[in-house]
Amino acid sequence: MIDSATVEKIARLARLELSEAEVERFAGELGRILAYVEQLGELNTDDVEPLAHPLDLTNALDDDMPSPSLPREEVLKNAPAHDGDCFLVPPVL
Amino acid sequence: MNMASFRTVIGLEVHVQLKTRTKLFCRCSTRFGAPPNTQVCPVCTGMPGALPKLNRRALELAVLAGMALHCEIPRFTKWDRKNYFYPDLPKGYQISQYDLPVSQNGYLEIGDDQGRFASKRVGIIRAHLEEDAGKSMHDEAAGVAESRIDLNRTGTPLLEIVSRPDMASAREAKAYLTELKLLLEYLGVSDCNMQEGSLRVDANVNLHIDTDSGTIATPIVEVKNMNSFRAVERALEFEARRQYDQWRQTGERLGDVPKQTRGWDDQREVTVPQREKEESSDYRYFPDPDLVPVVWSDAELAAIRQRLGASPREVRSRLIQEAGLSAYDAGVLVQQGPAMIAYWDAVIAEGVSPKRAANWLQQDILRLLKERSESIDEFPVSAEQLAELLRQVESGKLNTTRGREVLTVMVEEGRDLVSSMESLGIREVDASELETLCRELLQKNPSVVEDVRAGKVKAIGALIGQARKLNPNADPGAVRNLLMEMVNRS
Amino acid sequence: MSLTRSSAIELNRLFVSGEVSAREIVQTYLERAEQWDRRVGAFLELYRDEALARADELQRKRDSGAELGALAGVPISVKDVLCHRGHVTSCASKMLQRFESPYTATAIERLLADDAILIGRTNMDEFAMGGSTENSALGTTRNPWDLDRVPGGSSGGAAASVSADFCPIAIGSDTGGSIRQPAAYCGVSGLKPTYGRVSRYGLVAFASSLDQVGPLARSVGDLAVALRSLAGYDGRDSTSAPREVPDYAASLEEAMAGVRIGLLEEQLSQLHPAIRDAVTGAAETLASLGAVVEPVALPHAEYGVATYYLIAPSEASSNLARYDGVRYGLRVEAADHAEGGLVGMYGATRSRGFGPEVKRRIMLGTYALSAGYYDAYYLKALKARRLIQDDYRRAFERVDLLLGPTTPSPAFRLGELTDDPLELYLQDLFTVTANLAGVPALSVPAGLTEEGLPVGIQLQARPFDEARLLQVAGRYQAATDWHTRRPRIA
Ligand SMILES: [Mg+2]
Ligand SMILES: [Zn+2]
Repeated sequence: MIDSATVEKIARLARLELSEAEVERFAGELGRILAYVEQLGELNTDDVEPLAHPLDLTNALDDDMPSPSLPREEVLKNAPAHDGDCFLVPPVL
Repeated sequence: MNMASFRTVIGLEVHVQLKTRTKLFCRCSTRFGAPPNTQVCPVCTGMPGALPKLNRRALELAVLAGMALHCEIPRFTKWDRKNYFYPDLPKGYQISQYDLPVSQNGYLEIGDDQGRFASKRVGIIRAHLEEDAGKSMHDEAAGVAESRIDLNRTGTPLLEIVSRPDMASAREAKAYLTELKLLLEYLGVSDCNMQEGSLRVDANVNLHIDTDSGTIATPIVEVKNMNSFRAVERALEFEARRQYDQWRQTGERLGDVPKQTRGWDDQREVTVPQREKEESSDYRYFPDPDLVPVVWSDAELAAIRQRLGASPREVRSRLIQEAGLSAYDAGVLVQQGPAMIAYWDAVIAEGVSPKRAANWLQQDILRLLKERSESIDEFPVSAEQLAELLRQVESGKLNTTRGREVLTVMVEEGRDLVSSMESLGIREVDASELETLCRELLQKNPSVVEDVRAGKVKAIGALIGQARKLNPNADPGAVRNLLMEMVNRS
Repeated sequence: MSLTRSSAIELNRLFVSGEVSAREIVQTYLERAEQWDRRVGAFLELYRDEALARADELQRKRDSGAELGALAGVPISVKDVLCHRGHVTSCASKMLQRFESPYTATAIERLLADDAILIGRTNMDEFAMGGSTENSALGTTRNPWDLDRVPGGSSGGAAASVSADFCPIAIGSDTGGSIRQPAAYCGVSGLKPTYGRVSRYGLVAFASSLDQVGPLARSVGDLAVALRSLAGYDGRDSTSAPREVPDYAASLEEAMAGVRIGLLEEQLSQLHPAIRDAVTGAAETLASLGAVVEPVALPHAEYGVATYYLIAPSEASSNLARYDGVRYGLRVEAADHAEGGLVGMYGATRSRGFGPEVKRRIMLGTYALSAGYYDAYYLKALKARRLIQDDYRRAFERVDLLLGPTTPSPAFRLGELTDDPLELYLQDLFTVTANLAGVPALSVPAGLTEEGLPVGIQLQARPFDEARLLQVAGRYQAATDWHTRRPRIA
């Protein structure tokens, strides 16, 4: 189990609004999943380099040459709210 | 009540926009001033499935800046995600560098040409690459409830340069910024234009106060919203006083309260507490799986190092040592930026004496540029044309006043030297013409002749003034010499 | 043989030779899908008119004598996770239910460049998170072999679309087994290519360091043709490998004498008996075809699920931050919420837009990356990932391929595992390690349970050795007929 205060803190970080029931359910589920993944603690990883990429590719670089941007109608067409120029969002309260 | 003695401790975080044609992770243009949301694509608007591709030039400019700041350039560098929510941050994270920045552990040497503080090295902790966010606009006055989001800026390449807390006064902080800006301009790494947001400064400041029970540190405050170097200086001066007063009232020390962010209010000239971004402390940095690391070879780094031109500091000492300028004069010229130095070098290359060139550039050219709100690149008189003019002055064919008049015509009418002189009716006055002029003057002014004979040499000045009126082309020096000769002879 | 049972290679031949028109092929498949998909639920949308129009266009192209691509005339379904300009890309989420992509994924561009005919987008677990397609917010997909059972996931619609003969090839994506597991459950062949083999540009990201696009088909021969089209370097994806794409179909013809196959014996305990028999039977078959089969171990594979369920959710928590109701997708205004304004909008949008499994993984990943837990969870998992990749490296020093089960059990009943996320995660035990290590892996049908459900075996190869993988699987299919068994949807 992880406590509901932790679940609520994580939910705030993730910008998820959870109902009380969800908080309770996640507390149990996340607790069980974390208990399972803690088996990694058995592994001695003292001299092990973390592996973030499965391939060791490096230096994927592009030349500084402009290419066309999207037409603004395309940029805004999926927006929940816009004024033809800009995306509109509720004010930061 | 005695003021306890204290030291101000300042570290600066400077974000500069790198001079690229395209964004850091997509090939949208970075041109300033385009209509909102016209320089965006699936990548920089964070569309589902879009992937970043690193801009080679941005990376190289970052390394170049690191080298100029005497930084180590680690062989291995990578990109990390800094996670937070904000409507002008399309992906919900900023691609930045966390533990393995492109450059680290360098310094910038600063000095004060007026001797108000000793030259010193300000340590550079790191200079790393990251992408900029977009722009949120909220027009409260218009009563509009919504904020408007323009993503043109999103993804613009920034170099974040983090100094050590090595500055001990607002003046030093300003000197650091001035020197840093100049260095980056000389490198061609950034335009450092604060108005267009291509240079932004945040400061971390606190005080070390000597008390009977030892030195104590006040809580570190991050100061934001400083929109000019002048604002930085004033904000830091204000903040040091404010922290001192606060300490007197509360006794709060470093560690007693969480780090505070304050914004500079330019109108009221105070810093005010700023609302923190909620949960801002937990950015959950981790390596960006969409980008691969960069591993430098010796050859690649050497090739970039080759592009390192002279730093402003090096140019200053060149001007002092090679051209014999004073530290002050050299400072003023270098301050004008690399284009002015290029102009200067071109004038000198034409054989003009450095001292004369320095005087003209500092006095006349700078004044004209200011009046015309022009940069030296836009100045209508080329270095070669100016050199031609100065050679006329140097050879005595033009006096300084006349020279200035010619320059004004050259600038305002866009004429070349010869045509400007012609339009002012300037021509050489030959010896017999000069003699006739002087003889006339002496005949008309017997009292002056008397005075001079009586030892009042100064009286001759009145005649020189009249000579100029009668013939503006007559060289005042030559007129004086001839007049004196004639008086003494007669 | 009826068109709906013909291989993609055969359909292409029929079309190119002029024996069958493209319209006839497409019409036949569309009619079958329209008739039976009400029961199966493989598709979220059929592109009826568009597919027919394209068939006619290809027909004109053929009739004009122009050269045709390898997939000309072949109907293909696409998992609804690949962006396709002018089409909805929903990821089976309420969040993107009406999102119309302004650009096209590289994988789709390649298929279209090879003259494929896209006939619709298939259902999936929301944002590819899950192993049963029950996490789709937009519909239920059933296993064509038993409509009370799940098709597997997350490419459940893709597997079902091939299994039910709605198309010969489906495009899916695989982050921890999402192509191979549903392929095994639905009795079709499915390939997860080497990480970096197929561009991820336009693939809506779940976990960027694990995701790969790949094909599902009725036979290995068709996988080879599809992979040849999908694979190859893409400059828009920094993790795309700059490597040549071999002619996979040609390698299918090669004899397999001397190929060394490592049997993952440890994976044979605690398996459904039919699956254990399928694996050991396949080992015998391959040995009889000339392969050298020997036991091999991946000592850290047992930690695969724990490693995967830290890395994948961590990356997902960041990848899914962009769904914030600002630029596209669902927005839920927060008027009735405790927190109004922007923060309220974020919370309301993300809470109502995401289903429970997506939220669970975002929570898990946010936790694993957050301050204080990063080292113990996320970083530890990256180290375990290294150990798992090292295991593969060592195993491939001895053998060319690894043979084992795809899943521990056959398709389970709808609703059977929805209460226990951990139990469901453990179904990925045999598939996640290929994603963690980045190696290619495929699943082919290799038996039926007593109840008549298909089971699959998994073959894994060295990075970029898909040719060998396809060659051996192709030999296996030439010697057996499991892949030709079809469900009766009635
Ligand atoms: Mg920054
Ligand atoms: Zn862009």
